[in-house]
Amino acid sequence: MTAEDAAADAPRDALRKTPAGQDGTAQDATTQDAYIPSARRLERERIKRVRARRTTAIAAVSTLVTGTALFLAIVNSPGWSRTRETFFNAHYAREALPKVLDGLLLNLRLLAVCGAAVLVLGLLIAIARTLRGPVFFPLRALATAYTDFFRGLPLVICLLMVVFGVPALRLQGVTTDPVLLGGTALVLTYSAYVAEVFRAGIESVHPSQRAAARSLGLSGPQTLRHVVLPQAVRRVVPPLLNDLVSLQKDTGLVSIAGAVDAVYAAQIVAAKSFNYTPYVVAGLVFVALTIPMTRFTDWITARMDRRRAQGGIV
Amino acid sequence: MSTAEPSAAVLRLEAVRKTFGRSVVLRDVDLEVAPHTVTALIGASGSGKSTLLRCANLLEEIDDGAIFLDGEEITDPRVDPDTVRRRIGVVFQAYNLFPHMTVLDNITLAPRRVHGVPRAEAEERARELLERLGLGGRADEYPDRLSGGQQQRVAIVRALAGRPRLLLLDEITAALDPELVGEVLGVVRDLKEEGMTMVLATHEMGFARDVADQVCFLDGGVVLERGTPAEVFGEPREERTRRFLRRLVEAGRL
Repeated sequence: MTAEDAAADAPRDALRKTPAGQDGTAQDATTQDAYIPSARRLERERIKRVRARRTTAIAAVSTLVTGTALFLAIVNSPGWSRTRETFFNAHYAREALPKVLDGLLLNLRLLAVCGAAVLVLGLLIAIARTLRGPVFFPLRALATAYTDFFRGLPLVICLLMVVFGVPALRLQGVTTDPVLLGGTALVLTYSAYVAEVFRAGIESVHPSQRAAARSLGLSGPQTLRHVVLPQAVRRVVPPLLNDLVSLQKDTGLVSIAGAVDAVYAAQIVAAKSFNYTPYVVAGLVFVALTIPMTRFTDWITARMDRRRAQGGIV
Repeated sequence: MSTAEPSAAVLRLEAVRKTFGRSVVLRDVDLEVAPHTVTALIGASGSGKSTLLRCANLLEEIDDGAIFLDGEEITDPRVDPDTVRRRIGVVFQAYNLFPHMTVLDNITLAPRRVHGVPRAEAEERARELLERLGLGGRADEYPDRLSGGQQQRVAIVRALAGRPRLLLLDEITAALDPELVGEVLGVVRDLKEEGMTMVLATHEMGFARDVADQVCFLDGGVVLERGTPAEVFGEPREERTRRFLRRLVEAGRL
């Protein structure tokens, strides 16, 4: 062992002969220990670079091939000229776009208000469902009944009942505004979905976490507030976003009561012109709205993972 | 490029360097583990013991240097890490058992899915190993229902089930009380008898002295001293080794 000790230094120095200057990536942030990347490292990084380049090239080529194939298949289909005229007409697109964007404002306002209300209400219902002890039985039962009912009830039926049923009661001081009532119906249905998402998150926190918090003397609600919920909410951010995107699209359903949102605005133009291009425009606007939201959540979750993770490459 | 002398070592590290951001965790670490020997890595917390083991299993990517398993460079970017890991067993400090699987499923997962062993055969071997480690009746329990010592023994069985060439043990007794420590270390001792090649990071100096063929003292990411247990514990050459051991004696741990 001692002989090997002495010998170990010689080959190591031999491997260190290559200067680092030729390659910026090998330069280390920690230069205070006079570290010079070895030939082995430079070679390894070269292989990785070559491989990365090859992977990128393959991806680019396959994307191009797939895209071209799809494009040709569609463009060469027998009915393409008719389809293009009906769905991709630049004239009607220009006409519809400002109206669709006007309508979109309503969708966005509904999304912001309903989204916030859904998150708060959903969380409260989820907490009510996870409360233990006989005292809370009525609350628990109520929350369970609420989720059972509104998760099962089709959204359109819920909307119709709230938007047309509530004004029919002719109650004093209760609004008949279709947007407010439609928003209420959305909140009713979506808070039931979101409550179940939150509950799944709460129940996925390992019991040992609860035990650890209670052992420190934290009360039940404190444990929930400081230990269980922060972990639970982090875990359910992706499915929550999923529900929010779904809500964003369903805000269009308030148009059944006559409110003009993006989809309805498109429908008005389409009905006048017998051309479907406005629908395509509205659809693309919704897609364009969803993508930044998804990227934002990806970024948030990635940042959370980075801060918690032990490191490592698996 | 660096397989100059054909070496019979199971695991060999050559000038391994590993950094996390600005801190250098391993600096020019050389290590050679001969077949059927036990190497104990000792040193204070944060001296790089765990990182060294994680690097050897390719759970961390090293910055420089090379690691060889049976003479093959495993840190070559062209090597498939999965095939390397199939030949190495790892036991973690916190057991890392899968809580959603029974003990038996924990153990047979890799043999069945990775090594293609038929279920009956995998289960038979798992039960045999469990029996040998005194866990015969626990095969159908879930990990959360077992004591720490039992969980750690299950983790050892899980690592052994793939018939690894090399076993890496990362402070496997750190989370256990003294009674359970004996239980787990007894298993490691038996494995040594059977000729298993092992590298273990440990704070159990008495055990390291007892069971290891080679002891490496890590300090600040450098192997400061290495030798037989008698050399390192008996007549350490480095001042820092002496200080480390003195502190352990004062703490009543040696």
